Amino acid sequence: MKLKAFWRDIRFLQMLAQGIFVILLALAAGYLYVNVTANLQRQGLTVGYGFMKNPASFDIGESYIPYQASDPYQRALIVGVVNTLVVSLVGILLTTIVGVLVGIARLSTNWLVNKLAAAYVGVLRNTPLIIQLMFWYFGVILQLPSVKQAIELPGPAFLTNRGIYLPWTETTATFPAWRMYLILAIISVFVIWFVLQIARSRASIPLSPSWNLSYLVIPVLILWLGAEIQPAPPITPYLPELAGLNFKGGLRLTPEFAALLFGLVLYTGAFIAEIVRAGILAVSRGQVEAARSLGLTNGQTLRLIVFPQALRVIIPPLTSQYLNLAKNSSLAIAIGYPDLFSIAGTVFNQTGAAIEIIVVMMLSYLSLSLFTSLIMNIYNSRTRLVER
Amino acid sequence: MPKFSYVFGLLVVISVLLAACAPSGAPITVEVTRIVEVAGEAPTPVPPPVAGGERLQTVLDRGKVICGVHGSFQGFGFVDSAGAWSGFDVDFCRAWAAALFNDAEAVEFRGLSAQARFTAVQSGEVDVLSRNSTWTWTRDTELGLTFGPVTFYDGQAIMVKKEIVSDPTAGLDALEGANVCVQSGTTTELNLADQFRAANVGYTPVVFEDQTAAFQAYDEGRCDAITSDRSQLATQGQAVLANFADHVILDLVMSKEPLAPAVAQGDDKWADAVHWVVYGMIQAEELGITSANVDSFLSSQDPVVRRLLGVEGELGSKLGLSNDFVYRVIKLVGNYGEVYEKNLGPFNLARGQNALWTDGGLMYAPPFR
Repeated sequence: MKLKAFWRDIRFLQMLAQGIFVILLALAAGYLYVNVTANLQRQGLTVGYGFMKNPASFDIGESYIPYQASDPYQRALIVGVVNTLVVSLVGILLTTIVGVLVGIARLSTNWLVNKLAAAYVGVLRNTPLIIQLMFWYFGVILQLPSVKQAIELPGPAFLTNRGIYLPWTETTATFPAWRMYLILAIISVFVIWFVLQIARSRASIPLSPSWNLSYLVIPVLILWLGAEIQPAPPITPYLPELAGLNFKGGLRLTPEFAALLFGLVLYTGAFIAEIVRAGILAVSRGQVEAARSLGLTNGQTLRLIVFPQALRVIIPPLTSQYLNLAKNSSLAIAIGYPDLFSIAGTVFNQTGAAIEIIVVMMLSYLSLSLFTSLIMNIYNSRTRLVER
Repeated sequence: MPKFSYVFGLLVVISVLLAACAPSGAPITVEVTRIVEVAGEAPTPVPPPVAGGERLQTVLDRGKVICGVHGSFQGFGFVDSAGAWSGFDVDFCRAWAAALFNDAEAVEFRGLSAQARFTAVQSGEVDVLSRNSTWTWTRDTELGLTFGPVTFYDGQAIMVKKEIVSDPTAGLDALEGANVCVQSGTTTELNLADQFRAANVGYTPVVFEDQTAAFQAYDEGRCDAITSDRSQLATQGQAVLANFADHVILDLVMSKEPLAPAVAQGDDKWADAVHWVVYGMIQAEELGITSANVDSFLSSQDPVVRRLLGVEGELGSKLGLSNDFVYRVIKLVGNYGEVYEKNLGPFNLARGQNALWTDGGLMYAPPFR
């Protein structure tokens, strides 16, 4: 047997190349690190997160968690993270709806619907987002009438330049009890599913499909029993109404939040529409024709045949659009919404802790993005074509 | 997925390090070598761009003053579409030119951004900075600057719509629950929070990165009030707002912002020349000497006037200037009050603290003797 010269062994060469690459990378990182520390030392600066416990001393316009100016910087940054999360999550939900609807409309045989959708995608996809945000904020929302002359929509909802007020709900004293009934009802569904699974596996003849009715009957029974014990409703409508100079009650979207949300949703929606359209067109025509010949209606074909297959094509690029939306929310600073980027900028200006703040910002956006892609990847692996 | 996270993590670390290096700009290797040499020593002070006492001669040899100013702040430093410079700060540049060269136009203006202005002085790119810069401890010491006499006493103020507060003497408590527009990353933002907290008044800040955006949002009715330096509120307010008469600037002062010219530290001779030209303009106003009547004062018998205008004594030459430098300044540019009226009069910016000490203000020149 001849011993093969190691430099001609492809596995060794591959490992060697990778090893060299890693060493170079580590050297570069080490060099940069030394350079930074040396430069900081020269300027008499120290890096550390000690300042995070100092009082922030600035106020934040809107926050979903309690915050005041005497709270520490770290609290202010958390407020920013939460504000970014809220606008991103609501934005992702709405933009999916907009994108799917417009994507389908793009394929409509109705001339008007088709052209309108095409115009929407064409305009929104081809103008910079920052300009659209400025347009929504300065051009639309701030042009709404003042509180006194608010536009009233059925609901009632009010449109003003101080915010958009929507009807909302309020919990009552019986809410905790009702929440328990609801949880019980949901648990019962799982219990039924479990029991039926066992019953099916043991039964010698298939169970009658009418057993499936228990999925409906038992939870309703639980809720009906609950209503007997606690007749008062768990929630009441919480409607906005004019009180003095401002509206009180209801759900208030600040002008900044509303403009940012509209901007992000419509901009990303245009991209998602194209992805959805591409996904649907990727499903072979034979599938549609086969569905039609089986007598399925238009809607059934779309829902049962086309969409499940299109999803496989749609999900991966859709994930990047979700990530884009979350990252684009950092443009909020231009229109005064206190997102993470805006608040981190203020903290950086007040403390001068550039490196620390940039690290915090990058890690926050990174973990937000990684979490989103993790969820989407799990979903993707579930919809993926199972190959044998 | 997990593999990717490592790569991402590594990328983050690298980008952070890169970002951190960016400001140093200069060739990196050279910098590191230098550290080794000075290790253990105290931080080196910013070296004076020109060795002590030479800047004045440099300027005189050059034949013009290089003056750092604001380029887009109407009333203080503004360059119009024809390239003509105007403004309160700009006229002080002209005054130095007049004192040195008997020519108010022997100035080269450099429009500087807020970030670049102090570096421009330190590096010697400009001889003097006259760009509504607040004199603060940090700038005077750590940035290695020498500030001159205060040319404008400013302070943070708050502007409100008249329909909400019509009385300018009202306190912050009149603004309970108000939305206040403010520019981010400024001391203004902190002062705002401090003042409202001290007064125990609730409010909602709406923070913009850009001053113009803040004014625009305020004008559209997004905010009840807007806060900034008083001079900015008055001048920008008239330049940007649709109807300035519907707004009122409250009298209360939220911070001290003394605006002064600055030169590089370590050149007393040049700093003295810059300072005494400004003092000369203030002194001239106190004596009632204007550009229109300055010639008639040449024959005055008042020794104070005669010394100031260089008719007798050698005050100017002691500074390294001509004896009649104040005469030149007043003749070609005007006294302090004239410069103020010419540039800020159109904005109806009351003299207030910027009145002469004889009128209850803070403008006070040391004696010319």
